[in-house]
Amino acid sequence: MRVVILRFPGTNCEFDTQYAFEKLGHTTELIWHKEESLPEYTDLVVVPGGFSYGDYLRSGSIARFSTVMKAVKEYANSGGRVLGICNGFQILTEAGLLPGALKRNNNLHFISKIQHLKVVNSDNAFLNRCSDEEILNIPIAHADGNYYIDDIGLSELEANGQILLRYCDANGDRVVVNGSVTSIAGVCNIEKNVFGLMPHPERALESILGSDDGIKMLQGFEQ
Amino acid sequence: MKAIINVYLKEGVLDPQGKAAHHALESMNFKGIEDVRIGKQIIIKLETEDKNEAQKEVEDMCETLLANTVIEDYTIELI
Repeated sequence: MRVVILRFPGTNCEFDTQYAFEKLGHTTELIWHKEESLPEYTDLVVVPGGFSYGDYLRSGSIARFSTVMKAVKEYANSGGRVLGICNGFQILTEAGLLPGALKRNNNLHFISKIQHLKVVNSDNAFLNRCSDEEILNIPIAHADGNYYIDDIGLSELEANGQILLRYCDANGDRVVVNGSVTSIAGVCNIEKNVFGLMPHPERALESILGSDDGIKMLQGFEQ
Repeated sequence: MKAIINVYLKEGVLDPQGKAAHHALESMNFKGIEDVRIGKQIIIKLETEDKNEAQKEVEDMCETLLANTVIEDYTIELI
């Protein structure tokens, strides 16, 4: 699999993401935001975490106007797979590739810790190696992860199986981490080829460092 | 001409910064505060002196970049 990883000014998770996919045996390529096209052989585009454009105005709001995002939109609209992690999730919502928006955390803090997540829908290209209701342990690190969508949007997400992950405790019960609507941690688009989540699977590759649950998440795209 | 744009979270969307400021004001014994909302102000100097043209242009700026209309509303004042 060839994984293309985007870089904006202020991106800082591109090398972790590259390390993760190469560890799983994939070829990776870092692409600067001024590129006008994606390589023809792209199997997956990852918009990694960080603070693109210093989070000015709103997280992800400036990055979505960069030239490479035009190519990413075309790629996604023709069925290509796109994964946005953390700031990447914010960019994809700002770009309209994913529904909803990410607001400042309810407690106004930057939250950085390992967090339990419950798999809500595994019937997609991303979480197919996980099972529904499975509890994962993945680091989170964000200030603007408070997922918002209105009631109509939420019922559409639920009806279409677009909710990927929710924050939970060790028993799988929902917990309020950042104020997200129904504790949502990740969603996908209705066509199920664009995915976004606040947690960082690329930081969960070694059990000795806390968790290796990120491996099966990223491996999902191999099928 | 100058455009003064105020961007703030929509009614019904919880404003955590406003809430924190609200609690802080109450803890300082300021009474009778019903609600606090925090937004941001963007001031744009425009070349045009045509109000209609400016209004259209600035609305377009708000819809595409300056506000995220999923969670935010905006007001425009031209002076």
